[in-house]
Amino acid sequence: MQRTPFHAAHVAAGARMVPFAGFDMPVVYTGITGEHNQVRNSVGLFDVSHMGEIRVRGPRAAETLSWLLSNAVRRLEVGRAQYNALCNATGGVVDDVYAYRVAEDDFLVCVNASNRAKDFAWFKENDRFDSSIVDEGDAWAQVAIQGPRAVDVVASLMSTDIRSIERPQFVHGTFAGRNGCFIARTGYTGEDGFEIFLPVAGCESVWEQILEAGKPFGILPIGLGARDTLRLEAGNCLYGHELSDDTNPLAAGLGWIVKLGKPGGFLGADAIAARKDPRRLVGLEIEGGRIAREQMAVHADGQAIGLVTSGTLGPFVGKAIALAYVDLAHAELGSRVEVDIRGRATPAVVVPSTFYRRR
Amino acid sequence: MKTPSDLQYTSHDEWVRREGAKATIGITDYAQDALGELVHVELPAVGKRVNRGDVVCEVESVKAVAEVYAPISGVICAVNSALSNDAAALNRDPYGSWIYQLDSVDDAGAELLSADAYSARH
Repeated sequence: MQRTPFHAAHVAAGARMVPFAGFDMPVVYTGITGEHNQVRNSVGLFDVSHMGEIRVRGPRAAETLSWLLSNAVRRLEVGRAQYNALCNATGGVVDDVYAYRVAEDDFLVCVNASNRAKDFAWFKENDRFDSSIVDEGDAWAQVAIQGPRAVDVVASLMSTDIRSIERPQFVHGTFAGRNGCFIARTGYTGEDGFEIFLPVAGCESVWEQILEAGKPFGILPIGLGARDTLRLEAGNCLYGHELSDDTNPLAAGLGWIVKLGKPGGFLGADAIAARKDPRRLVGLEIEGGRIAREQMAVHADGQAIGLVTSGTLGPFVGKAIALAYVDLAHAELGSRVEVDIRGRATPAVVVPSTFYRRR
Repeated sequence: MKTPSDLQYTSHDEWVRREGAKATIGITDYAQDALGELVHVELPAVGKRVNRGDVVCEVESVKAVAEVYAPISGVICAVNSALSNDAAALNRDPYGSWIYQLDSVDDAGAELLSADAYSARH
């Protein structure tokens, strides 16, 4: 089991630790609901050092990634990040990733921890432009500082201006006295916030520095449990739940990052264009307090028409919410369906999958 | 974990308080801790007869759901309706927050554990 540089701090804080993607990670410190609302109302600190980083460099690095990724990578400006799907030849999703353009010929690709080895092998195997592709997952620690006060915390740990960068821009610089960091205005929680890549050597004390700097704003450490409920309220996909090697990214609602007509095309584009997937990802609001869970069946008119991929009681929105793939005929907003929750048909209605939108 | 000695326990992590023909049932400190923050309790209907081993109701946390069984047979004579709006009471005070009460209980075949025996299992 791998440990992040901040492992000792989590244990000392009394976090409940669980194995996740090969790492011993904090799932909850004090309570998911409290941690969740802390991020919505103020600011929280996440250890996301388990996430993978793949570095792609070389004169044709942009072409390498434009072929391997679904979005308009070649149009990505230096200093900006871009959400992408990494697709296979059958139009399924190998992973969903964030590409950060460090320089014209230099990209950092942040990948899901559980897919790190798969993605790296995929990059190496399918690169057509002979770029340098390096697994830098062990070289970077990563923290996320998320919430309406996140910018205040990050600004207090930097001597250069960070308030003026907008999502999804990033800078290369010094953070909390550590040189060589990437400080990006990105995140997964539906809030304003930052994700910060730190060179791993000697960065252990950064955790306490951030908590100290965040004290005036009431910052608290947040576990993976609340990270999941936050992303679900915000309607963000999680690989292994909404996305898989078989998922059409268009069916997952990711059409905005799938540029089928981009110059040079991309691996999987033809297959995606040809696919006729019968279901689409939708948001469901469940009536009553019972929670729809992953793999539960969705019914309409007595027929099985879908499957739940994620569900929870949204701690901030205060409702039982779920993401589910349902047949197109039932995917319209306002469609009434039923979720089979342990044998009982529970009424639900199709709603926008962004259950929570930042004001 | 607290395990009050005046209660009896089940292998499914319920506690049972016996008073004459009545039994009051809740979930243990261990159960609430393992489930995490409880957000919903689906209470049973009063008046229903349940047999030992039946699923009586369910308690749901952000991350998990657990069924609550009938440790002994009887007729449900009361439910703690305060839990409908405050499932987290089971976390704050698992032994003060009962879930349901049985009347006309039948002990036959019941396998209840003492506090010591229950503690030894965890």
